[in-house]
Amino acid sequence: MKKRRRLSLNQKRMLMGYIFILPWLIGFIYFYVRSIAMTIQLSFSELVMDILQGGYSLTAVGFENYRHAFLVHGSFNQILTTSILGIIIDIPMIIMFSLFMAMLLNRKFRGRALIRVVFFLPIIMASDAIAASLELSAQMMSGGITSTSTITENVTGAVNIDFFIDMFITLGIPFRAMSYVVGVVMRINAVIAASGVQIIIFLAALQAIPGSLYEVADIEGATGYETFWKVTFPLMMPHIITNIVYTVVDSFTRSYVVTLAYDTAFTSFNYGLSSVFSIVSTLITLLILFAVVAVIQKRTFYYT
Amino acid sequence: MTKYITMAKAVVNDRDKMQVLGNDVKNMVIMIMRILILIGVCYVILLPLIGMIVNSFSSNADAYDPMVFVIPKNPTLERYQLVIERMDYFSVMGRNLLYVAALTVIQLVISSMVGYGFARFNFPFKRLLFACVVIMIIIPAHTIMLPIYLTFREFDPLGLISLFTGTPMNLIGSTAPVFIMTMLGCGVRSGLYIYIFCQFFRGLPKEIEEAAFVDGAGVWYTYFRIMLVNAMPAVVTVTVFSFVWQFNDTFFGNLFLISDSTLISKKIASLQAMIANADRILEIPIQELYLNAGIVLVLLPIIIIYIVLQKYFIEGVERSGIVG
Repeated sequence: MKKRRRLSLNQKRMLMGYIFILPWLIGFIYFYVRSIAMTIQLSFSELVMDILQGGYSLTAVGFENYRHAFLVHGSFNQILTTSILGIIIDIPMIIMFSLFMAMLLNRKFRGRALIRVVFFLPIIMASDAIAASLELSAQMMSGGITSTSTITENVTGAVNIDFFIDMFITLGIPFRAMSYVVGVVMRINAVIAASGVQIIIFLAALQAIPGSLYEVADIEGATGYETFWKVTFPLMMPHIITNIVYTVVDSFTRSYVVTLAYDTAFTSFNYGLSSVFSIVSTLITLLILFAVVAVIQKRTFYYT
Repeated sequence: MTKYITMAKAVVNDRDKMQVLGNDVKNMVIMIMRILILIGVCYVILLPLIGMIVNSFSSNADAYDPMVFVIPKNPTLERYQLVIERMDYFSVMGRNLLYVAALTVIQLVISSMVGYGFARFNFPFKRLLFACVVIMIIIPAHTIMLPIYLTFREFDPLGLISLFTGTPMNLIGSTAPVFIMTMLGCGVRSGLYIYIFCQFFRGLPKEIEEAAFVDGAGVWYTYFRIMLVNAMPAVVTVTVFSFVWQFNDTFFGNLFLISDSTLISKKIASLQAMIANADRILEIPIQELYLNAGIVLVLLPIIIIYIVLQKYFIEGVERSGIVG
C-alpha cells in the first residue's frame, strides 16, 4: 500500500489560504491581467467587428492610433489637459475641506448624530444617472424659456458676489489666489459632494488618535493651534495619502476623458483609439498619483 | 445700575476672573462659528433635495408662481401618479433592489473570504498578491472596459461553452456579466471591500481563532461562525457601501447594455423625454417637476435603508479597518 504524503500544518494552512483567495485570484487574472494586456494590444491595432457572424478581427497598425490621438484628433489633447488639471486643482481643496469637516464633526455636541446623517447623504445620492438627467433638463431649460427654478433662484440671486470679490482685490489679495478661492466657492456643491468618503476616513482616523497625546499637549501648555500642527496633523499624514489616492481615482473615473473613451468605443466604434485614450489617461493619472504620494511619503510620520 | 457697574469693575480688576470671562467669550464665539459652518454645509447638501421634494409636490400654477417658496400653495400628487405609471416604478424598482441585494450578498461573502485569506494565512507571493488588490483599487474600471465587453460578447472561458453548444455565448444585454464578475471578486469596487475586510480581520485578536481551533472547529466553521460574526462593523460598512454604489452604478449597466426593466437608473435617464413624447407635456418647467418626482422616487429606497442602518454604519466605519 502506497503511503500518502502527509502535509504539515503550515503547508495545510498555506493551501487553505490559496483556497480562500482563489475566487479573487481567478477573477484578477481573467479580468484584469488579461484585459490590461488586451487593451495594450488593441491600442496597437485596428479592430473590426463582424456583426453578422459575431467575433472580430485585429490588424496590427503600429503607432497609428497614438499618432491619431495626439496629432489628428480634434479634442483629445484639450480634454486630457483640462481633466487632469481639474483633478490637480481639486485635490488640495477636497482634502482641506474634508479634514476641517472631520475635525468639526469629531467634537461632542448636541445633534451630532443628525448632522452626521446629513453629511454622509452625498455619498448616498451620488448617482450619475440622476446627475445626467438633471443636467440634460437644465440644458433644455436654458435653451427654452427662462423661468422658475423657484427655490434655487431665490436663494442664490440674493448676494452680489462681484462686490465682495472687488473688495478683496482692492484689499491687496493676489488675483490668482482670489480667483482660485472664488472658483472653489462657486463649486462648493461639487466639493462637498466629492468629499463624503474622505470625511469618513478622516473621522475614523481622528477617533483612533490616542487621547493621552492630547492630554500631554494640554499639560505642556500647548495652544489649540500648536496641538493641531504638532499632534493631529502628523498623525493624519498617512490618511491624507489614502485620501489623495481615493480622490484622484474617484475624480478620474468621473472626468471627461473617461466619457470620451466610452463614446469613442461605443458611439463611433473606434476601439483602437478608445484604448489609446484609456491607456494614456490612466498612465498620466498613475504618474501624478505616484509623484504626489512619493513627495508626501517622505514627510510622513508613522506612529505605529 | 450702580450695582452692575461695581460688579463689572470687580471683574475687570480681577485678572483671574477676566481670564475666565475671556475664555468663555472665546468658546462662545468658536461654538457659534462651528454651528454656522455646520448649518451652512448641511444647507448646501440638503437644498437640492428639499428643492426636488417641493417641486415634486407643486402643481402647474405653483411652478410659475414667484410667491411660492418651500411650501406649495396647491400641493398635488399628480406627478407621482404619472411617473409611477410611466417608469413602471414598483416592478422595476423591485427587480432592481433584488438584483442589487443579491450582488451585495455575493460581494460580502467573496470579499470577506478573500480578506480573511489575506489577513490570516501565510502563503508564497502574499505581499505581491495583496499589492495586486491595491492596484485593482487604483486602476479605473474604464481602462479594461473594452476587453471585458469583448470577453462577454463571446463568453467562452477555456473553450468550455463552445464545447457544448458549438458557439460562444453572447452575454451582453443580460445581468449575467455583473454576477460573474462579482462572484470572481471583480465587481463594483470589490478591491476596496477586500481591503476593508483584510484590515479589520488583521485587527482582531488571534486568540479567538486559536480557542476555536483547540475546541475542534475547522477553518470554514471558524471563518463563518466566529470571524464573520466578530467583524460586524466591517460587514455593515461593506453592506451599505456595496448596496449604495451598486445601486448608483451606471458604468456596468451601460457597458453590458443591461435592460431598463432591471435598472431604474436607465428609466430615470429617459423619463423626461418619455413624459414629453408620450403625454404631450411640452412645457419644460412642468416636465422638470415630473423629473424631480421621479428622482425622489429613485432615491427613496436607498435613503430609507441608509437612515435605518446609519447608526451602525457610522459606528462601523469608525471601528472598521477602513483607516488601514
